[in-house]
Amino acid sequence: MWELIRANQRKSFWLFVCMGILLLLLGYTIGSSLIPEGGGSFGVIIALAIWIILSIVSIAFGSNILLAISGAKEVTPEVHPQLFNVVEEMKIAAGLPNIPKIYIINEEAPNAFATGIKPENSAIAVTAGLLSKLNRDELQGVVAHETGHIYNRDIRFMTMAGIMLGSIVLISEIYFRGMWITGGGRRYSSKSSKSSGQGQIIIMIASIALAILAPILARLLYLAISRKREYLADATAVRFTRYPEGLASALEKISESHLDLPSANKVTAPMYIVNPLKEKGMKIADLTSTHPPISERVRILRSISQGANFIDYQTAFDKIKRKASPILPPSALTNQEKVEIRKPGEVIPVDKTAKQNKRTLGDLMMTVNNYSFINCVCGMKIKVPAGFGTNKPQVTCPRCGHVSDVVTNKII
Amino acid sequence: MALIVVLAIIAFLAFFVVSMYNSLIRLRNQVKNAWSQIDVQLKRRHDLIPNLLETVKGYMAHERETLQNITNARTQAMSATSIEDKSKAELKLTDAMTKFNLVVENYPDLKANQNFLALQEELSSTENKISFSRQNYNDQVLYFNNKIEMFPSNILAGMFNFTKEAFFELEDKGERAVPKVSFNK
Repeated sequence: MWELIRANQRKSFWLFVCMGILLLLLGYTIGSSLIPEGGGSFGVIIALAIWIILSIVSIAFGSNILLAISGAKEVTPEVHPQLFNVVEEMKIAAGLPNIPKIYIINEEAPNAFATGIKPENSAIAVTAGLLSKLNRDELQGVVAHETGHIYNRDIRFMTMAGIMLGSIVLISEIYFRGMWITGGGRRYSSKSSKSSGQGQIIIMIASIALAILAPILARLLYLAISRKREYLADATAVRFTRYPEGLASALEKISESHLDLPSANKVTAPMYIVNPLKEKGMKIADLTSTHPPISERVRILRSISQGANFIDYQTAFDKIKRKASPILPPSALTNQEKVEIRKPGEVIPVDKTAKQNKRTLGDLMMTVNNYSFINCVCGMKIKVPAGFGTNKPQVTCPRCGHVSDVVTNKII
Repeated sequence: MALIVVLAIIAFLAFFVVSMYNSLIRLRNQVKNAWSQIDVQLKRRHDLIPNLLETVKGYMAHERETLQNITNARTQAMSATSIEDKSKAELKLTDAMTKFNLVVENYPDLKANQNFLALQEELSSTENKISFSRQNYNDQVLYFNNKIEMFPSNILAGMFNFTKEAFFELEDKGERAVPKVSFNK
């Protein structure tokens, strides 16, 4: 298992170097196209400064920013004991140093993500809709996938790649906007200094070409890696749970939902287990998508039959994709002991109607938001928001008219 | 000159032996640590069972035998000391719990009881934790036992009385051939 993490670290290093070179090249050409003498090194310094600032911000606050904009709330075990149990099980299976923090997002669309540069301060966030839709094995599959991201150090990897991509995009953007405003003037001034006429035009063309191409190149690189990470996390989830069907049917259920996740955006989308933004143009989705197609992920998971280690996933992957492209480094595939697929867990049948399901979901969302519940004698369940009636904490039952005290939950 | 060479060789050998000894100790401690993780979960299971029995008592008056089996298996499991005995006793307890879960299917009232559902969730989670930590433990035992058997660490292991650790099995080997019982609809 350690081989996998090491391979990941090697890869992040080379990706880092590649994107870094692209960034510096971009800074250099743009710099020298704007200021003919000594502009190159000035551009490099600016590019480095942008990169350093973005890195500091996202490494120090990235997790918190992500959790805040997705509307995730940290919860205590009482809110959802099963979720806590499942996360602890996966912590044991992965041998993580401690249990990730657990967040619930107040949304009906089923989805989940993990965050944290280091396994020690990682967090897993799931939406309330996910909890109400999935059974235990499926929830375990989703949590295992997220734990897989934490275990494989994917989050650090993707954050670093994301910072590089962000810096490259930002610099090209600034360059083009700057050209709109001052471009004309600069070109005239460079023409006036006759000594560097022709060379300057070549540098100009090169910098424009690079400013157009670099972001596209960086993005395609980023997306390809992002998709590969998803497959890898699926493989890790299978190894942890020893039950591919759990994740497969969870993915299916998640993809059946056509609800939008309004709290997700283009930047945070790659973090989720399933792309939260519904894509319109499906044709080019394969190249520009952050996630592999769900149907394919499900088919790979369903065709695993021999066992639950990485070789079994790779075999199934090759069979479905009909080409051998290694998801996992070959070094991680040697010396694998056999891991047997376990039996499905007992499914406690949920004979709930859609209406009841909606009500449990609503209750869960209210618990997360610190609502209190008051049971009236007539059987009515009154939901009271936090801080209701601070000076007069009483509520009248709308059905039978009994007045209950909000604090003691007793009838007055 | 010769003296220096001899001293260097002795120093090198001493260093080699010490580092090998330390790695044996480290592996043995990892095995111990993995075992204590299983132990925590086993204790948790033993603690949960009386609560479960108390909850179902009223509903399952006619299933005295099934409940008695669980109680006996639990007592046996709690008194077991060696790893082999524990494996056997826990296997028996798992069997008794499986039978119990089959019987529960006949009591729809019980299955609607919130208290019972919460306990069952705790129990099945504990079972999972046992099986995940067991896998971890067996991995560690495998590393340790390999080290003890392989040359040259086997010489040192013999000198300092490192003995092989036992695997913790919770599945009956013969049972694997039996078709799986699924509670899925």
